[in-house]
Amino acid sequence: MSTLEFFLAGTFSAATIFLFAALGELVAEKSGVLNLSVEGMMAVAAAVGFAVTFETGNHVLGFVAAGIAGIFVSLVFATATISFLANQVATGLAVGILGLGLSAIIGRDYESMTVTPTPGIYIPVVSELPLIGPVLFQQNLVVYLAFLTAVVVGFTLTHTRIGLAIRAVGENPHAAQAQGLPVFTIRYVSVAFGGMMAGFAGAYASTIYTPLWADGMIAGRGWIAVALVVFGTWKTGRIVFGALLFGMVSLGELIAQTMGSVIPTQLFSSLPYIVTIIVLAIISTDRARMRLHSPFSLGETFDGSERR
Amino acid sequence: MVITVLSMLERRPQPSRAMLILAPLIAVVLSVLVSSVLLLILKKPLGTTLYAFFIEPFESFYSISEIFLKFGPLLLIAQALAVGFRAKVWNIGAEGQMIIGAIAASAVPVYFVDNSSFWLLPAMMVLGALGGMFWAGIAAFLKTRFNANEILVTLMLSSVALQLLYFLLLGPWKDPMGFNFPQTVMFQDAALFEPLFSGVRLNSSIFIPLLFTVGIWLLMEKTFGGFKLVVGGLAPQAAAYAGFSAKRSVWISLLIAGFAAGLAGMSEVAGPIGQLQRSVTSGYGYAGIIVAYLGGLNPIGIVFAAFFLSVLHIGGDIALVTASLPISAVHVFQGLLLIFYLSVHTFVNYRFKSPRTAEQSHRT
Repeated sequence: MSTLEFFLAGTFSAATIFLFAALGELVAEKSGVLNLSVEGMMAVAAAVGFAVTFETGNHVLGFVAAGIAGIFVSLVFATATISFLANQVATGLAVGILGLGLSAIIGRDYESMTVTPTPGIYIPVVSELPLIGPVLFQQNLVVYLAFLTAVVVGFTLTHTRIGLAIRAVGENPHAAQAQGLPVFTIRYVSVAFGGMMAGFAGAYASTIYTPLWADGMIAGRGWIAVALVVFGTWKTGRIVFGALLFGMVSLGELIAQTMGSVIPTQLFSSLPYIVTIIVLAIISTDRARMRLHSPFSLGETFDGSERR
Repeated sequence: MVITVLSMLERRPQPSRAMLILAPLIAVVLSVLVSSVLLLILKKPLGTTLYAFFIEPFESFYSISEIFLKFGPLLLIAQALAVGFRAKVWNIGAEGQMIIGAIAASAVPVYFVDNSSFWLLPAMMVLGALGGMFWAGIAAFLKTRFNANEILVTLMLSSVALQLLYFLLLGPWKDPMGFNFPQTVMFQDAALFEPLFSGVRLNSSIFIPLLFTVGIWLLMEKTFGGFKLVVGGLAPQAAAYAGFSAKRSVWISLLIAGFAAGLAGMSEVAGPIGQLQRSVTSGYGYAGIIVAYLGGLNPIGIVFAAFFLSVLHIGGDIALVTASLPISAVHVFQGLLLIFYLSVHTFVNYRFKSPRTAEQSHRT
């Protein structure tokens, strides 16, 4: 594999982590719930996914367990914010702190241990194509599933009754309730979906992308996923593009090391964060467009009353 | 119906003052209960652990002095963050502001190694505060000029600050005699705060947070400026109508936080640590968020909350030894504490629906 092929193929692989987590956060935010605990959910799921894969040797079980773990953590958040009307920003941070702590405890006996990643899938004929073959048709099954999920989520949000219901609840929960939509249930399910996706992102990170457990291994990727939803102005297609962009940026450190660059590695390590800040500033400048695309009730608690 | 089961709260006619006081206490009780269950799952001795957390910190003079050593930076940061949180300015990057403050302050002893001037410490304080304000100011600028979400920007800036710290410690600022450890030289005495008593690490920097608390209390409770600040954040349009600026709320909130976090970073390097090293913040920037909320975003409440979390930190250190409890257990407890507090705090303005009103809403 040439350096270019390695770089482009790695971009898709790295993007998978951001994509899963960002798609989950997108659905939660579309229902009006800002869940900032993505980093914590991913950490718990990564630890659980790793532990299960390590003990059973079965990646599917690892992913299932990670998905359940993500749902579990997201339901802690949902109970506090949806049923008990707790402030979403602060609760998200709290659940994030809880998640990081839990992940360290769960993963304590597995520090620095490794699992065997599942091999990539070689799609016949097309995987033999130059450049495109190794980049697009020799990826891990989970990578294809992530991009397939993006299509399904995008279609569901824009073209189905379920998607319409989620968006209605996110725009105006009072009006949605008046029309007979179960606002609380829809928000719970949307947040739980976000938890499951964060769980898959965590499992992919700890069992396939870098198949080892190290405390703190999520390393801010959950936060970048949250930022991706804003970059994508809550549109699935742009989120896919953003995930690929950040997949590429996060490979920068690796490339720098292999090239023996004179630029300090710390600069490459901080590149994803610096790029996030710059892109965030560029995208957000158009205030009118941000207001137009962000779910109107995002971040606000809804107490089920007729009118505030 | 699922809907009616989940929508179980109704507004109180008047906010409950009793709940305002009770909320943090209930949150503590609930967190201890849940943590106890977790301890039993981890097969840790429950009695020993709880004793280590809540009693042992008070058993020796040294240990009590350590509580106050933690209390200082926590109080300083939490008071400043609460100003912003009341104005809905979500600065969650105090950790990074603290790192930059510590770096800026450390520049003095790193570049003036043998200097023993009286002005060393004041210069470090000024630089520390300015460093924190500069880092927070970036977020304020991006928020007011480009509308960039301050939650994400402040958090990302913390990660950048950490990388900058690593770069300095592994490169230009590394102690040449330090056996390749990522840390600077030990600072000279003139660059360190005086210990308050012999044999303890608690030093005169403890007066900074106490003075700051009085200042914040006066600002928020006694002046019109504090009122304008909060209104500017809470209701930008109403504030603009009244001639207060939302942008000014953002700038003031972030600069105050940067100032406090920068000073906190400075007092760590010029206090218990005595040099610049990787673990310079001890997580105070994040713990400060919890303290600010647990104290009800109120200057006096925050004093109690900061003390409680300091006890928790010291208790965690003790439990690490006596019950071999991992340090992350403290994070779990802190997370639970904040989740419970935020949920219970809702009952200041809400109450459970009585069966009768629940029945009515079911029918509609």
